[in-house]
Amino acid sequence: MSAIEQIEQAVPAGTWTADTVHSGITFEVPYAVATFRGEVPAFEASLVDGTLTGVAQIASLTVKDENLQAHLASPEFFDAERHPEVTFVSSELRRNGDRVELPGELTIKGITRPATLAGTITGPAVDHFGATRVGLQVQTTVDRTQFGMTWNMPLPNGEPALSNDVTLKAELTLVGQEG
Amino acid sequence: MNVLAISGSLRADSHNTALLRALREEAPSGVKIELWHGLREIPPYDADADGAPGPATVEALRSLVRDADAVFFATPEYNSSVPGALKNALDWASRPIATNAFRNKPVAVMGSSAGAFGGVWAAAELRKVLGAMGARVTEVELAVGHAAEKIDDAGELVDDDVRQGLRDALETLIAETSPSTSLVAA
Repeated sequence: MSAIEQIEQAVPAGTWTADTVHSGITFEVPYAVATFRGEVPAFEASLVDGTLTGVAQIASLTVKDENLQAHLASPEFFDAERHPEVTFVSSELRRNGDRVELPGELTIKGITRPATLAGTITGPAVDHFGATRVGLQVQTTVDRTQFGMTWNMPLPNGEPALSNDVTLKAELTLVGQEG
Repeated sequence: MNVLAISGSLRADSHNTALLRALREEAPSGVKIELWHGLREIPPYDADADGAPGPATVEALRSLVRDADAVFFATPEYNSSVPGALKNALDWASRPIATNAFRNKPVAVMGSSAGAFGGVWAAAELRKVLGAMGARVTEVELAVGHAAEKIDDAGELVDDDVRQGLRDALETLIAETSPSTSLVAA
């Protein structure tokens, strides 16, 4: 039996704020023969009457090598000095059972483009401390060159080392705010 | 506004150094251009010698770059690429890579050569190196071909089109030092 009690399947109304300890923003991009992953641990997210807003601080971007981390923060990639935030604002929340779609606008490196986060939604449900939570596990794939990130290097076989398509993932635990 | 000017040539009558002197003459009021003359004194890169601090000549270069608002390079082309001495100096300056003095520094690159192409391949490679170091590489692509016909025996740039090119390039570089110019979405 689940530790939390499922109470409805509707689009959550009211204000919900991300519990960032139990949430994460990550990215994945095919690189050479594998997938390269990173995380942006400093972020805020909230769902207010069906509008999801997220702001991630690029200065906190973390990968497993500090030199690579610096390269990703540099003007060739995110340009964290001049564009410190990545933001997403949804225009709508569409729910069908546990499936959810959030069309909206994604801003990276000062460039805003339409993007749709899609995935699953859980809850609202009451946790073991009595708070009501909603879970969102959503992702979208964007062409990084559309956001001013054109860096690449050719592999010996002539193919580019780094994919243009990058998958952004948000796993959010949103906690209902009283009043 | 302080712009550090770095020539990739050690030759006394270098066309690239002459172009940077002309750049200094074309600087608008409020913009000070300082030519760096320390390239010859930079030792071959040696990770064993790259402590904190590194060699005094290297630390002096790092300090000049850190204090400059922008850096303007003029490079010759040796064997289709960046001269070894210049690349060597940048290899020193790029350490430690995550916090090096060129990180986020606006830079411009021009090339010149005695031939027709004006060092475009060396300039392209230099831009690639500077990008990898984390510099803010501007769109400046000034290539001065047939340099011997445009610079006289006294080392004076005598070509008005090139002088205009220098003014335009400097304007682009100066604009890049102001964050507000880059906040406009593409």
